[in-house]
Amino acid sequence: MVLSRRIVLTGPGIAWIVALLVIPCLLILGNSFFERGVYGGIDYIFTLENYARAADPLYAAVFWNSAQVAGITTLISLLVGYPAAYCIAQMNPRRQLACLILVMLPLWSNYLIRTYAWMVMLNNEGLINRVLIGAGLIDAPLPLLYNDFAIIIGLTYGYMPFMILALFSSISKLGPDLREASTDLGASAFTTFRRVTLPLTLPGIAAGSVFVFVLSVGNFVTPDLLGGGKRTMLGNLIYDQFLTARDWPFGSAIAAIVVFIMMALLTAQAIIVNRRSREDGEAGQ
Amino acid sequence: MIQKMLGTAACALLVSLAGAAQAEGKIVISNWDGYMPAELLENFTKETGIEAEMTVHATNEEIMGKVVASGGKGYDVLFVSGQFGEALHKLGLAAELDHGNIPNLANLYPEAMELSHDVGLKYSVPYAWGTTGLCYRSDLVKAEPTSWNDLLKPSDDLKGKTTMLATDRWLMMPALLSLGYSINTVDEAEVAKAKELLIETKKTLLSYDDTTFYTKLVSAEAHLVEAWDGWCNYGIAENADIKYVIPQEGSDMWVDTMVVTSSSENKAAAEAFINYILKPDVHRWVAENILYKVPNKAAMDSLDPALVTQYPNLGISPAELLKFEQLRDLGDGQKLWSKTVTEITAN
Repeated sequence: MVLSRRIVLTGPGIAWIVALLVIPCLLILGNSFFERGVYGGIDYIFTLENYARAADPLYAAVFWNSAQVAGITTLISLLVGYPAAYCIAQMNPRRQLACLILVMLPLWSNYLIRTYAWMVMLNNEGLINRVLIGAGLIDAPLPLLYNDFAIIIGLTYGYMPFMILALFSSISKLGPDLREASTDLGASAFTTFRRVTLPLTLPGIAAGSVFVFVLSVGNFVTPDLLGGGKRTMLGNLIYDQFLTARDWPFGSAIAAIVVFIMMALLTAQAIIVNRRSREDGEAGQ
Repeated sequence: MIQKMLGTAACALLVSLAGAAQAEGKIVISNWDGYMPAELLENFTKETGIEAEMTVHATNEEIMGKVVASGGKGYDVLFVSGQFGEALHKLGLAAELDHGNIPNLANLYPEAMELSHDVGLKYSVPYAWGTTGLCYRSDLVKAEPTSWNDLLKPSDDLKGKTTMLATDRWLMMPALLSLGYSINTVDEAEVAKAKELLIETKKTLLSYDDTTFYTKLVSAEAHLVEAWDGWCNYGIAENADIKYVIPQEGSDMWVDTMVVTSSSENKAAAEAFINYILKPDVHRWVAENILYKVPNKAAMDSLDPALVTQYPNLGISPAELLKFEQLRDLGDGQKLWSKTVTEITAN
């Protein structure tokens, strides 16, 4: 009885994930062991050549560059998003709702359009440069667009809502009791934050950071438009292999490697969070 | 959450593939967005009684991806550049054309029957053709550009004010031409030489740009860009100070073609569509609408001379075009090229 109810309830979700996530990932993994046809397409001859090609330091450098850009994006999102989420969590329910809607509002319009809007803002003849020149603060336009700075701005702007929402769900579960207890026991506000609030919201920080990092590392639109195509990130590399080079097997090999690395990182993160919470649990007893 | 988002993306992909699925007796055409007069299909249906539906692609690469994945099912006529038509043919995805169904082929320039990717037009019919050169603000550059080196090694006043095309073939082309190599070379030493040059050039670029380069000229963000001639015309239309020049080292001759898929169940109707495009008044209307040269002698002869005065590159003759090499599919050489382009853009 319980078992059948479980199957009915989880069945659709599992079927969805298997059909649209597990199977496509396995197809990608499978493709990565075949050869590219001379004119594109796939020749079904087993090879490990794609992985040998992917071992070239060139692609490790692309991976490292992408990780840096995504890492900085994640850090900024966290530093800006945490106070915002904290404030929203302290509000009364009506204002909270309004603020959460505001956080999500940008997601209602297309990512591409919002990215083009940043191009209008940041370019040499754009709003920011014109205002600064008009105010006499600078003589020549600042190079705001077509560089890593613009990519990080665009990614941070685009994925900040995911960070805030993940943090909010974690912070809002935190009642005032523990903080009050900590204060009563003589801890300063900073110590309370460091020893109580921060550890308890660690799962939210981890979840939000993973969202922002993973989405950033795979993004190819922002480096193309705001980076002016001068910075190849992982997303661009895979996109180019599939579309421009029509080299699906090699693109699949890179994608598979990225998936493996991400899975390893996520597993490591889960283990750390688990151990931390178990230690805290033991320390509490 | 991540799973959900990936799922949504996959779902969107399925929907877009399904969207291309055709109805009975209807032909489905995929063309670049804005590369055909909006009312053309309606007129075609009125005249022939054949229902036609239009889908758009942003790039050759995008439609190639869809067609290779689906075996071309759901599409009847594809608009792709010559070298992609060539790849479709070699993959067995392009149908052999029955010239008996396309009598208007007689309107084409004789030169247009001799395209190196498909001599005799066995599986592709040219729709528009032209060159790739330098598009610039004549009022802002100190000296009129004459060479690809004006872009590759720009003078100090142009640094940070130039763009190059982002797609691999056209990204590499200026360097290959400047060094005197074939634009289809797969020789490792030659490609490496071009790479060194382009890595130096990259430091001077505003950006790589395939889509908004002419608006950057109009806004004066860029002063000199690598551009397809027809697309430079869109800039000229907004600012008469914008000019186009074919550098002294030459250009490619690109050809955008119409290909019927081998999986088409309405091949005769697809050929009737191509035949309709090749009618002199229709193809002239296309040229006037998209401001690209068309390889149709009857259409170009009746083109309004005022247009050629305003957009001089419309007047480039077929004989001049044929002096230039055509881009060809690189086959196995593609691996070398894509790695090289990554080395340039990741540097």
